[in-house]
Amino acid sequence: MKQDYAHYLSKTAKELQPSGIRKFFDLAASMKDVISLGVGEPDFITPWNIREAAILSLEQGETAYTANPGLLELRQEITNYLGTRFGVEYDPKNQIIVTIGASQAIDLAFRAILNQGDEVLIVEPAFVSYAPLVSIAGGTPVALSTSPENGFKLTPEQLENAITEKTKAILLCFPNNPTGTSLNKEELTEIARIVEKHDLIVVSDEIYAELTYDEVFTSFSALEGMYDRTILINGFSKGFAMTGWRLGLLAAPAPFVEVMLKIFQYTTMCAPTMLQHGAIEALRNSFHDVETMKRSYRRRRNFVVQTLNKIGLDCHIPGGAFYVFPSIKATGLTSEQFAEELLMQERVAVVPGHVFGESGEGYVRCSYATSMAQLQEALKRMQRFLESKGVYGENTVEILK
Amino acid sequence: MKLSSEEIEILKIIEEDHKLSVETIASMVLSSEEKVKAAIEKLEQEKIIISYPTLIDWSKVEGQENIIAMIDVKVTPKRGVGFDEVAERIYRFPEVTSLYLMSGAYDLSITVEGKTMTQIATFVSEKLSTIDNVISTTTHFMLKKYKHDGVIFGGGDEKDKRMVVSP
Repeated sequence: MKQDYAHYLSKTAKELQPSGIRKFFDLAASMKDVISLGVGEPDFITPWNIREAAILSLEQGETAYTANPGLLELRQEITNYLGTRFGVEYDPKNQIIVTIGASQAIDLAFRAILNQGDEVLIVEPAFVSYAPLVSIAGGTPVALSTSPENGFKLTPEQLENAITEKTKAILLCFPNNPTGTSLNKEELTEIARIVEKHDLIVVSDEIYAELTYDEVFTSFSALEGMYDRTILINGFSKGFAMTGWRLGLLAAPAPFVEVMLKIFQYTTMCAPTMLQHGAIEALRNSFHDVETMKRSYRRRRNFVVQTLNKIGLDCHIPGGAFYVFPSIKATGLTSEQFAEELLMQERVAVVPGHVFGESGEGYVRCSYATSMAQLQEALKRMQRFLESKGVYGENTVEILK
Repeated sequence: MKLSSEEIEILKIIEEDHKLSVETIASMVLSSEEKVKAAIEKLEQEKIIISYPTLIDWSKVEGQENIIAMIDVKVTPKRGVGFDEVAERIYRFPEVTSLYLMSGAYDLSITVEGKTMTQIATFVSEKLSTIDNVISTTTHFMLKKYKHDGVIFGGGDEKDKRMVVSP
């Protein structure tokens, strides 16, 4: 007998939109010889010393639970890291949780602070999980669209205009996925003024902090007056090339952490023990690797941005992460058409911008976390594709600084 | 010699792949082709860029396999010139592919390549050991090359295990 499952399922869950990236993934995965610029993770393998530390911990039989918020030793390393790197002081005993990826940290933050109907501002284009996580926690996600004219930066006026009496929190992610945009200290300070004026909580996703290229990264929590209202989220995935480890972290004022820890205890117990041992090694001995990877991304960013501009796609130079977000408006195609046709015609996968929010329409996300040889070939193919659409780059144009 | 950060960046890029075009390198360091070209010429003239060798795994080519030995050599340094004079005598032999002055139990570490074991044995007994100031030699034959100049031989080039598209 065919069952009607719809009435078994929760209304909230049913109403969640499936990720727009999914459809595109299925299409790209079914094809051969695809050069993918659609990957949201480093092309480096986790540094060997980190992998070795995790292996060693298994050999030593480190297979039991750890304390709920994570090994104290790891939390201490995390607080040292946040202190020395970003100038923010946290107490390892009651202000840190080691989570399953930064995604879980964001989930915990929303569950801890939101009541039914509370609004959360999400700066768009944005990572695909934010809005659904707000909805799952009973809140209402409100898109705060940024525009390419100012390099997808959030401005204080925009923020001020978007705030209603229901606004409880704002989610910030700089450097940003998908635009790569990063905000400097002055720009963040202006945001902080509005945040304070309206008594908002800030969920600051700083997962790309280590991959900031041109300016010094500023943690939102380090800004004057922001420590007490910031839930700082970071993790090991991007900077240390540890995506598959699913290790994130959150740092926040103790009353926030207490509530988040309660939820975490019931849902997760603790992050995997052997992986936490790897993370300790990462924080102790891997910053030279982080630096090497960062330099490598930076070179590739420069190359990709300049080449995209040369072949006829307008592209701002992003300050961080490993994404560029060129405009494809010159082709007259929608993001989805562009991405699909590029894939079918030239076997290059990029992610259509609209999956990151309405303001992403007219753009595509290209990840440059792939080898120079692949990037060169991909850009050559893109140029051919553009020419087939009547878009010709200005070969003679001097795009150099 | 003190180099600019751009020059250092150019060196690091070339060290990884010297086949990149000047245009590509210029875009990677946000500079112009002319500047990069001039910088590379300067670095070549200063012998900071010494040569552009290619790493080849000869063990994969039939009939081209080489026998490689690493030899620890103890020598008596000479007043006025230290180890340099004896080092020079040794590194002039074409079969010597590298030579380092070491701290520790011996003085010079030499890598020698030859077609046969006999060829290396002959070099050690007839050439190396007979040099004045050479006190003793210990020869180690290399059995397998796993990693050389930071490059892993055979295997190494790990497949991209990432999903083709991810958020």
